[in-house]
Amino acid sequence: MAEPTFDQGAGAGAGPAALRRSPLAHLEELIRAATVTGARGVTLTEWPFLTMVNLRVAPASEAAARIEKTLGAPLPRQCGHTSAAGPHTVCWLGPDEWLVLSQAESTAVTAELREALAEAPGSVVDVSANRTTLELSGPSARQVLEKGCPLDLHPRSFAPGRAVSTTVGPVAVLLWQVDDRPTYRLFPRSSFADYLARWLIDAMREYRGPEVP
Amino acid sequence: MLLISCPWCGPRDETEYHYGGQAHVPYPETPADLTDEQWAEYVFYRDNPKGHFAERWMHSLGCRRWFNVLRDTVSYDVLAVYRLDEPRPELPQAGGNR
Repeated sequence: MAEPTFDQGAGAGAGPAALRRSPLAHLEELIRAATVTGARGVTLTEWPFLTMVNLRVAPASEAAARIEKTLGAPLPRQCGHTSAAGPHTVCWLGPDEWLVLSQAESTAVTAELREALAEAPGSVVDVSANRTTLELSGPSARQVLEKGCPLDLHPRSFAPGRAVSTTVGPVAVLLWQVDDRPTYRLFPRSSFADYLARWLIDAMREYRGPEVP
Repeated sequence: MLLISCPWCGPRDETEYHYGGQAHVPYPETPADLTDEQWAEYVFYRDNPKGHFAERWMHSLGCRRWFNVLRDTVSYDVLAVYRLDEPRPELPQAGGNR
């Protein structure tokens, strides 16, 4: 099968955005079929093409203050913390490194942040294609993750609004708990997304049947 | 499995880290003046103490920062964790370091 090219896309009036393919496009059917409903339900969904911008800046600098003003949210200063404002959510990646997740268009967000950084030491890089987003939701979601995540995900130590870099199975992910349904968003690197999705689908399978006492 | 406390992320499993060998091995001040033997000493020769050992680790699957760990090579106890800009903490009977 021939790959679509930019020429064909431009002829049809579509930009590069219309030509991009999510790293999990080929698993769409499998992911949908894996849905478990009921009291032990768990659902897997992919949210492709979310805007992600990697941000590095000294946390105590003026540039950091300018960026906080631009985002309208403080840069979280502690591991696991996130902050949100409008379309943006900022996740802590390191003492001077953050990942800005956004519903807004990636070039606009990157340009805005780059302007706020100005000449100060640091970097603003559009990494939207680096990772994809998997959403795992439902009453059994925590049990599915607990099969392969070394972190304590119990509500006493992990709550909505927390995001940490860790592993699920052997795959490095950024794990973000969105609400207490519970809903988790996993951000694996694109090349590991296929493996992680299949791993999760396999882990979800047992919740189809009744609980084994 | 070791449980190592990253100075920034807190306690995490050993599988999230990468090992970086002995800590506090300074780069030679005048590398051009070194003989081959001194270079070999700097590049390849490391302590192998029985007891307390200061070593570098990196939290590669977390915050991706390097830091130092003081570990007991006999009991595998993690005795102290400190950042690269902090001095090695004093512990009783500390040894096995340059």
